[in-house]
Amino acid sequence: MAVIAGALAIPHISYISILPELIAMGAPMVMLLWSATTRSGGPGRWTAFTVVASVAAFLASVEIWVKVGTHPYTAVAGAILVDRFSAFLSGIFAVAMGLFALLAHDWAVREDESGPELPALGMLSASGAMLMAAAGDLVVVFLGLEIMSIALYVMAAMNRRRLASGEAALKYFVLGAFSSAIFLYGIALTYGATGTTNIARIASYLASNVVVSNGVLLAGMAMLIVGLGFKVAAVPFHTWSPDVYQGSPSPVTAFMSAVAKAAGFAALVRVLMEAMGTLRLDWQPAIYVLAVLSLVVGGILTVVQRDVKRMLAYSSISHAGFVLAALQSASAAGRSALAYYVAAYTLMIIGSFAVAGHVGGPGDRSQDLSSYRGLSSRHPAVGFAFTILLLGQAGAPFTTGFLAKFYVVSAAVGNGSYTLAVVAMLSAVVTAFFYLRIVLGLYGSEEPSTPEGPPGVLEPQPALVGSVGEPQASHGAEERGSVVVPEVLVAASATQVIEVSEVGAGTSVVLALCAAATVVLGVWPSPLLDLAKAATIIF
Amino acid sequence: MIGLAPSPIGLLAVAIPDLATFVVAAAVVLASAIGVVISRNPVHSALFLVATLFGVAVLFVEQQAEFLAAVQIIVYAGAIVVLFLFVIMLLGVDRPEKISKDPLPAQRPLAAFLGLAVVAEVLALANTHWSTGAKGTAGPPGGPASNVSDLARATFTTYLLPFEITSALLVIAVIGAVVLARPPRPGEHHAEDDEQAPTEGRSLGEQPGVVEPRQEASR
Repeated sequence: MAVIAGALAIPHISYISILPELIAMGAPMVMLLWSATTRSGGPGRWTAFTVVASVAAFLASVEIWVKVGTHPYTAVAGAILVDRFSAFLSGIFAVAMGLFALLAHDWAVREDESGPELPALGMLSASGAMLMAAAGDLVVVFLGLEIMSIALYVMAAMNRRRLASGEAALKYFVLGAFSSAIFLYGIALTYGATGTTNIARIASYLASNVVVSNGVLLAGMAMLIVGLGFKVAAVPFHTWSPDVYQGSPSPVTAFMSAVAKAAGFAALVRVLMEAMGTLRLDWQPAIYVLAVLSLVVGGILTVVQRDVKRMLAYSSISHAGFVLAALQSASAAGRSALAYYVAAYTLMIIGSFAVAGHVGGPGDRSQDLSSYRGLSSRHPAVGFAFTILLLGQAGAPFTTGFLAKFYVVSAAVGNGSYTLAVVAMLSAVVTAFFYLRIVLGLYGSEEPSTPEGPPGVLEPQPALVGSVGEPQASHGAEERGSVVVPEVLVAASATQVIEVSEVGAGTSVVLALCAAATVVLGVWPSPLLDLAKAATIIF
Repeated sequence: MIGLAPSPIGLLAVAIPDLATFVVAAAVVLASAIGVVISRNPVHSALFLVATLFGVAVLFVEQQAEFLAAVQIIVYAGAIVVLFLFVIMLLGVDRPEKISKDPLPAQRPLAAFLGLAVVAEVLALANTHWSTGAKGTAGPPGGPASNVSDLARATFTTYLLPFEITSALLVIAVIGAVVLARPPRPGEHHAEDDEQAPTEGRSLGEQPGVVEPRQEASR
C-alpha cells in the first residue's frame, strides 16, 4: 500500500536566507562543545564569543537586507519569508543578543557564574525570535515562539540564589505554556478553515475565496491574537510581566523585554497583516481594544509602582500599547512606525535594565525607588545615561522615543483612529510623570531619611495598590532594613558592596551605546527612519 | 471533520470484517475504560489505560489513520502511561488511597454534566456537514498513498525547516535540565540563604529586597 510515487523532491535550501538564524543557533553549539573541552577560565571568553557571533549575525542580516532589495522571496519551501522586514528585525535581534551578552558578563562576574549556559540560551532564544520574524508558515511561527520562550523560561530561573528568580520562571513557564497552547489551537482552527498553514497560501486563499460561515476562521484568528498578545504583554494578557520582570536576573529581563516583545510584534505583522490582511476589518477592532487597554492600564499602573523593575515592566506594557496602535492602522505607515518603534524601544529598554542590573547589586535585591536616589552623584555617567534613556522612553524631543511615538500617532491619525491617537498621547504624558520622578530622584540627595518623590505622588498608592493586588511590602522598607537582616546577609553584602559600586565594563559599554543611539538617532533621524520605512513585507 | 464517504469497493463487502473489528475494538475500549475508573489499585488502572489506548489505536487503523495509530501506541501507551507508572511507583503503590471522601465535591456532577455535553456535541456535529476550506496536504484517507507516506513526504519537503528546527528545542531542553538540576557547587550558597523562607507565605510579587541594607548605608 505504501507506494512511493517518485523520488522525494527535497526543497532547495538557500543558506544565505537563513544565515542569521543559523549563526544564532550554531554558535551556542560551538560554545557548549568548547566549554566541555576546557575547564579553566571565567565568563569572559563566552562573552567575547557571543559578541562575535552577534556581529556576524548582524552582518548576515545586513547582507540579506542589501541582497533582497525590493524583491522579496520565499525560501526553504515557503517556510521562510525573506524580505526587508525580516532582515530589519534580525538585525535588531542580533544587536539585542550582543548587548545581552555584555550585560550577562557583568552579572556572571558578580554572581560568580562561569558557565556558558546563559549566553548560549540567549543566542538560542534570539534565533527563535529571528525565525518568528521571518516565518512564512504558522508552524514556523509556533516553533520560533517555543524556541524563544523555552530558552527564556530557563534564563529567568538562572539566579539560583534567589527564590524570586525561580518563582518568576515558574510563573512565566506555566502561563507561557498555556498561551502557547492557545496559539497552537489557533493554528489548528486556521488550518481547518483555510486548508493550509502557509502564510502566503492563507493570504491567497482568503483573497480568492469568501468563507461564508467563518466562525472557525475568526476563532482561530482570535486565538492567534491571544497567544501573541501574551508574548507582547498586552493588557489583559499582561499579568505575568511585572512579576517575571522583577524576579528574573536583570540582564535576562532586559533581553526578555526587548526580544520577546519585538518578536511578538513581528509575528503579529506576519499573521495579521500578511496572512489575514483581507480580514483587517475583523482584527482591527480587537487590536484597537488591546492597544487602548495597554496604554491606559500600563500608564496608570506605572505611576503607582515603587520597585523600578516593576515600573519598567508596566511602562513597557504601555509601550506595547503604542506598537499595537501602529499595528492597528494596518497600513504601510503603521508598519514602518512599528519597525521604528521596536528598534528604538529595544535600545532604550536594554539600557534601562542595564542600569537596574547595576543598581540592584548582588541578587538584584535593591530595586526600590530609594536605591536610585543620588545615583548621579555616585556615578555621574550612569545617571546621565539613565536620564537620557528615561527621557527617550518618555518621548522627549531629540530622542528616538519622540520620533517613535510621533510616527505611531501619525499612523493612527492617518487611519482615522483619532480617539486612539489621543489616548496614546495622554498615556505618554502619564508615563512621562513616572520617568521624570525617577530622574528627579537620580539627581536628588542620597540621604536615606528623605521621602522619595514629590509628596503628592504616593497618596493614591494604598488604595490603587490594594485594588490591583500589588504588594505593599516596600512601605517602611528603610525602617526595617537595619533590623531584620540576618547576620549572614550583612556579612555577605558588606563584602560585595565595594565590588558592586564599580560599574561593570559590559554595563558601561551597553549604556554608552544605548544612550548614544537614543540621542544621535533622535537628533539625526534619517538613517534609522529610512531603514524602517524601507522594511517592507513581502505582500 | 472528514466526512464518512462510502467505500468505493461497496458497502456490503467491507461491512462485515469492518463491523467485527469495530465491535471487538470498541468493546475493548469501553471495558478497559470502565476498568480504569473502577479498579482500586492505581497500577491496574494504568494497565487498563494501556488496553484502552490499544483499542483506540485499532479503531484508528480501521479508519486508515495508520500514523495516528502508531503515534497512539508509541506516545500514549509507550511513554505517557509509563510516566504515570513512574509517578505511581514513586508515590508508593502499597499505600491505600482514601477515596471515600471526595476532596472536590463539585467534580462528580461537573464530570457528568461535561460528559453529557460532549455526547450532545458529538451527536450534533455528526449530523452536520461542516464545510471547511481547501483540502489539506495529507489528502483524504484512502487516497493513492497511505497517510504515513504522505506525512513523511510533507515532513521532508513542505515542513522540512520546521522539522529541522525542532532540534533546537531539544538542545534547549537539555541545557535547561542541566542548568536547573545542577547541584550547587561546594561553597555556593543556595536558595535557602535568601532572605525569607518560602514557607513564610511570601507572595509572588513581594519585593525580595526590602530587608537588604542599601548600598549607601555602608558607604
